[in-house]
Amino acid sequence: MNEICQCSIRELRRRVVEKEVSASEISRSFLDRIEKVDHHIRAFLTVEADQLLEDAARLDKKIASGELKDGLLAGVPLAIKDNIVTRGMRTSCASRILENYVPPYDATVIQKLRAEGAIFLGKTNCDEFAMGSSGENSAYFTTKNPWDLGTVPGGSSGGSAAAVAAREAPGALGSETGGSIRQPAAFCGVVGLKPTYGLVSRFGLVAFASSLDQIGPVGQTVDDTALLLQVLAGPDSRDSTCSTKHPDDYLGGINEDVKGFKVGLPKEWFGAGLSSQIEEKLQKAIAKLEGLGCEIIEVSLPHTEHAIAVYCIIAFAEASSNLARYDGVRYGRRTPEHEDLAAMFRHTRNEGFGEEVKRRIMLGTYVLSSGYYDAYFLKASKVRTLLKNDYLQVFEQVDFLLGPTTPSLPFKIGEKVSDPLQMYLSDVYTVSANLVGVPGLSIPCGYSEDGLPVGLQIQASYFEEAKLLRLANALEKELAIQRPDLPFDES
Amino acid sequence: MASITVEQVKKIAELAHLQFSPEELQRFIPQFQEVLYYIAQLDDVSTENVEATYHVLERGSRPVSMREDQEEPSLPVETVLANAPDSAEGHFCVPAVLEEE
Repeated sequence: MNEICQCSIRELRRRVVEKEVSASEISRSFLDRIEKVDHHIRAFLTVEADQLLEDAARLDKKIASGELKDGLLAGVPLAIKDNIVTRGMRTSCASRILENYVPPYDATVIQKLRAEGAIFLGKTNCDEFAMGSSGENSAYFTTKNPWDLGTVPGGSSGGSAAAVAAREAPGALGSETGGSIRQPAAFCGVVGLKPTYGLVSRFGLVAFASSLDQIGPVGQTVDDTALLLQVLAGPDSRDSTCSTKHPDDYLGGINEDVKGFKVGLPKEWFGAGLSSQIEEKLQKAIAKLEGLGCEIIEVSLPHTEHAIAVYCIIAFAEASSNLARYDGVRYGRRTPEHEDLAAMFRHTRNEGFGEEVKRRIMLGTYVLSSGYYDAYFLKASKVRTLLKNDYLQVFEQVDFLLGPTTPSLPFKIGEKVSDPLQMYLSDVYTVSANLVGVPGLSIPCGYSEDGLPVGLQIQASYFEEAKLLRLANALEKELAIQRPDLPFDES
Repeated sequence: MASITVEQVKKIAELAHLQFSPEELQRFIPQFQEVLYYIAQLDDVSTENVEATYHVLERGSRPVSMREDQEEPSLPVETVLANAPDSAEGHFCVPAVLEEE
């Protein structure tokens, strides 16, 4: 592997601004890497090599004239999940219904990345409309876990996590509604952050469930993830759910010590259903944190057992409403068969949506339909309040919550496809953070006997990302996980 | 909780502008039913005097604001229509909804 592909984002940027290497060389290195290994894992739906090299050449001119010396991401090529719109670059949401959609505008996060000198390798595969926990709901193909090509990369941001794990990109953007950044990050052995709801603009993120969706970074290290967040975070007048709060400095204090922090272990996260291999790695990490001077306290989030049920109702209800826009009129695919307008809508949606998307639209329509609203949507929204109260109480006692990201190691491709409920339950430790709105992060904490990554999750209170990244950074350094060679990189 | 019927599923599909073949329905109904049984667990949670949370930014120190209602340039019409399956003279085209005289 070219040495450039092993560099951190921070290092790539340093080399570019100090003119040790050009943006064009970096881009070519990653394109070569994609060429060599992407046929194994298929992380990308779209790679725009010509556009990338053109953008890189333009950046190199700016760098030569000193124009981009303050760009936090000068010359850094990134991979973007295919549900974040990119001007002129196909954005399909891994769905047939948007197979030829070329957005006429950039998402706010894309504008922010461009402004700091980032360029884009392409768009990564995901579950269709970000609906899934394995990546298998992509309408095009299933991305494979780089550590074991027979297992899933996780989902829905599976392509982004797999691309970073395989060093096809130094960093990537994903999106979360119920764990879609943290879970694939855990399965692929990379760092993934779901920011506080409202910290990052959702303008240009194709909507799945608007009260839950958030864009977040995927990186090789906590430091790179913090660097990406620094660029992504901040107010946006085009998203009324985006907080007006000015983002904190996520990098300045990241190396400070973590002595005296109180770390809560929710007992509900360590019960039956957690893989013993994961638990064992977690216990080692907890011991390291004690060594760093953190105080470990057992806490309780009593409504955790209901989180998936609440999530299913709220997320699917919001999805059924959001996906009403795909009607074959303004964009996307239209069926060739249409005797009248109603049939045109119906056939277009039938042909354009995959099975899981239809299932969620149906469940969502059901729970919102007349006579059922109170029993399902209203009830779930009240239990959401109870979940939130659990979190508010627990964050009066501790600074962080720590536990597993996933109940199991990465599962086999095909293992859960015929059992949607089992698939939903794989998000059991992640969904609460989305329902409540707090930030959560997954970092690698070891590899199983079979060489599969194990993820550790940390959550913090609202807008406490700086503190969260500081603890994660300290733990990452203390754990010093040795990354094995990928199966296709073994010599 | 009651079982979901084929008729109910067809009715929901109609509301959602979807349609299922008999084979799809056969696969779909048990999965739908299983999720409904699962979410029925919320019936056992007491929510008396609990307010609903529709949005996590509603309370506390998470300020959101609306921007000033100022006119800003829109995308050009032809750019917007570029992704439309069918358009003419600056409009989206759909199958006829009114009969010709």
